[in-house]
Amino acid sequence: MVLSSSSLSNPDANSNLSRKRRKIEPHSSARLPTEAGRPRWRTETEQQIYSSKLVDALRHLRRPESPDSTGRAVRETADRVLAVSARGRTRWSRAILAGRLSLRLAHIKKKHKKAAKPAAAADSRVKKPVVQKKQPLLQRKVKVLSRLVPGCRKLPLPNLLEETTDYIAALEMQVKAMTFLTGLLNAGASSAAGSSLADQIQYFSSA
Amino acid sequence: MSSRRSSRSRQSGAARISDDQIADLVSKLQQLIPEIRNSRRRSDKVSASKVLQETCNYIRSLHREVDDLSDRLSELLDSTDSDSAQAAIIRSLLM
Repeated sequence: MVLSSSSLSNPDANSNLSRKRRKIEPHSSARLPTEAGRPRWRTETEQQIYSSKLVDALRHLRRPESPDSTGRAVRETADRVLAVSARGRTRWSRAILAGRLSLRLAHIKKKHKKAAKPAAAADSRVKKPVVQKKQPLLQRKVKVLSRLVPGCRKLPLPNLLEETTDYIAALEMQVKAMTFLTGLLNAGASSAAGSSLADQIQYFSSA
Repeated sequence: MSSRRSSRSRQSGAARISDDQIADLVSKLQQLIPEIRNSRRRSDKVSASKVLQETCNYIRSLHREVDDLSDRLSELLDSTDSDSAQAAIIRSLLM
């Protein structure tokens, strides 16, 4: 550890303080996803960055599978690029990225298990149906919300609400960016003449 | 045992503090949901239950929009990718 040499030269208290400060800062920012995080999704720059990253990722995606699955592939790519843009600061983004790995593993495992024990799979899905009816209305809605936001099923309410606000802002940006891209590609596909294409692109970029 | 005690007190302590936090966050959430923001401008009269309900609906509708856009994009990408000129224009616009 390189730190040991520096801590010897500096008084212990100082190095401890600075280390403590460093430890506390990311911890508090993890508890309260900062206010600055949310406006970030709303800037045009963020949207443009996302659009270009998405186009890049989509171009690498070119695997002509069945036409039904490409829509899903685009969706997964869009979600992945969105989650990456969050830079690991939010739970939902980390869950999206982590979920894809575990989903693939689980899918492979399920294929093996299905052949052996079909009954077990049905059992694992049904979890205490009776209890749900007795839960208060608000609590049930919180549960529904926690299922909609990735990775937030067991999160306490204030954290869940923080994640939700960030997630909604990110989703809105995703919709705007994808709408923009769709418009671009539409303009490209529909118009034959180069000048009208440029006009339409101009329109979309200024909007 | 002491860890159990401290975690319990942390839980109950956190629950006590965060009632205000929750109300604050719910009001922030309220501002984000266009359904609520545009229809009723009375700030305090929207119940938490309604906010949560509208939030769930809104997220679901956003998911649906992204799905639709994904489908459309996948169709367009198949047709556009063959034409390199258009791809070059798009690339130059975005970067």
